[in-house]
Amino acid sequence: MCLGIPGEVIEFLPDQSDLARVDVSGVRRVINVGLLADDPPKPGEWVLIHVGFALSKIDEDEAAAALSFLEGIGQAYEDELAALQDSRIE
Amino acid sequence: MRFVDEFRDADKAHALAAKIAALCEPGRQYKLMEVCGGHTHTIYKHGLEDYLPEQVTLVHGPGCPVCVIPMGRMDDAMALAAEPDVIMTSFGDMMRVPGSHGSFFDAKARGTDIRMVYSPLDSLKIARSNPGKRVIFMAIGFETTAPSTAMTMLRAAAEGLTNFSVFCNHVTIIPAIKAILDSPDLRLDGFIGPGHVSTVIGCRPYEFIARDYGRPVVVAGFEPLDILQSIYMLMQQLSEGRAEIENQYARVVPWDGNVVALKAIGETMELRPYFEWRGLGFISHSALKVRDQYAQFDAERLFSVPGVRVADPKACQCGEVLKGVLKPWECKVFGTACTPETPIGTCMVSPEGACAAYYNYGRLTRTRVKEASRP
Repeated sequence: MCLGIPGEVIEFLPDQSDLARVDVSGVRRVINVGLLADDPPKPGEWVLIHVGFALSKIDEDEAAAALSFLEGIGQAYEDELAALQDSRIE
Repeated sequence: MRFVDEFRDADKAHALAAKIAALCEPGRQYKLMEVCGGHTHTIYKHGLEDYLPEQVTLVHGPGCPVCVIPMGRMDDAMALAAEPDVIMTSFGDMMRVPGSHGSFFDAKARGTDIRMVYSPLDSLKIARSNPGKRVIFMAIGFETTAPSTAMTMLRAAAEGLTNFSVFCNHVTIIPAIKAILDSPDLRLDGFIGPGHVSTVIGCRPYEFIARDYGRPVVVAGFEPLDILQSIYMLMQQLSEGRAEIENQYARVVPWDGNVVALKAIGETMELRPYFEWRGLGFISHSALKVRDQYAQFDAERLFSVPGVRVADPKACQCGEVLKGVLKPWECKVFGTACTPETPIGTCMVSPEGACAAYYNYGRLTRTRVKEASRP
């Protein structure tokens, strides 16, 4: 729950500008990007995701660093990723 | 791969450790608190304490939202889950937290409809597709997760949903830090500030720590080198007699935080007069409740909640661990009666709890060796 998971923005959902499809470690899921309304990310940019919401924009290096950190955490990250995979907010 | 690779070659870590050691004044002890459970996890996983000179001690703080939920609130959540037609939804982290009569997992096994969700938006979707049910989201977390609960309530309002509510247990980090600063048990020299929480609140709210208490704060990232770098920055301030707020994690944390997130929290929630924290007791203005304007989404108003204060199990010393007065292994039940499989206290439940982090990585740190060899 406290883990920030990096995801790459793929596209925004038609008619729902606060929802975006992101790629997280090869898994595509829809997340809410409404908290970045002041400076919305563009497709190809990276965000840090907390419980289904993008909380900050990050660069690709930071995304890679965050991901390898998470992979090092092991079970807690696997559980979080599994939960994200089951998440269907749209 | 940047930081982990850099850390793996360990040269930079050792170089930073040497710089930290060089800043230690002879005879002076330094106690630095890492507030955030994520930092505690990194410190144990990578054995960062072993890199530090003996004079520098890291004290683990109260920044694990699972760990600070008192047992009475867990019992309240159980009571809500047992109400007719209710579907209780919760983050996975809360599922094993023991209440007086077992955990969410135990209740689920007994047939109570409790579902694990990744996001409050998943709860909202469950509410949409189960119009005959009343869906409650067990909201927990510091300012990192509070915006998502806020945004979900705003969305529920926009959609006109009438069968979704929130059992709000959001807590705020600043009053907890203040309570620790005011506590006579512990004298701290500086703080490693939380990373993700600061993404939302920014760095300004910590200014009182420097101004009123004369202690430095460095907001830190989560990788091993981030934490060592932050300790170095704190030690630099201490050696120069400065007390300032610095941001080591500026690549993610904006100085002013996330204004949209703060607005969403302010729109839907307000401070409670007081809230009970496990181990820290009642702290004024330290938690959030749903605002009157959104009362239709407040489970505490829609249902009757017992609200009974329950004392922690006698053997459990989570309180002392959360305040940093005890190290995890100094607790009477650590690793014997209390393990991650059968936790007695919350610090053993969450992977970010100091006890679970320590138990999982089983580090025989310098301090522990010293403790163990004491006659």
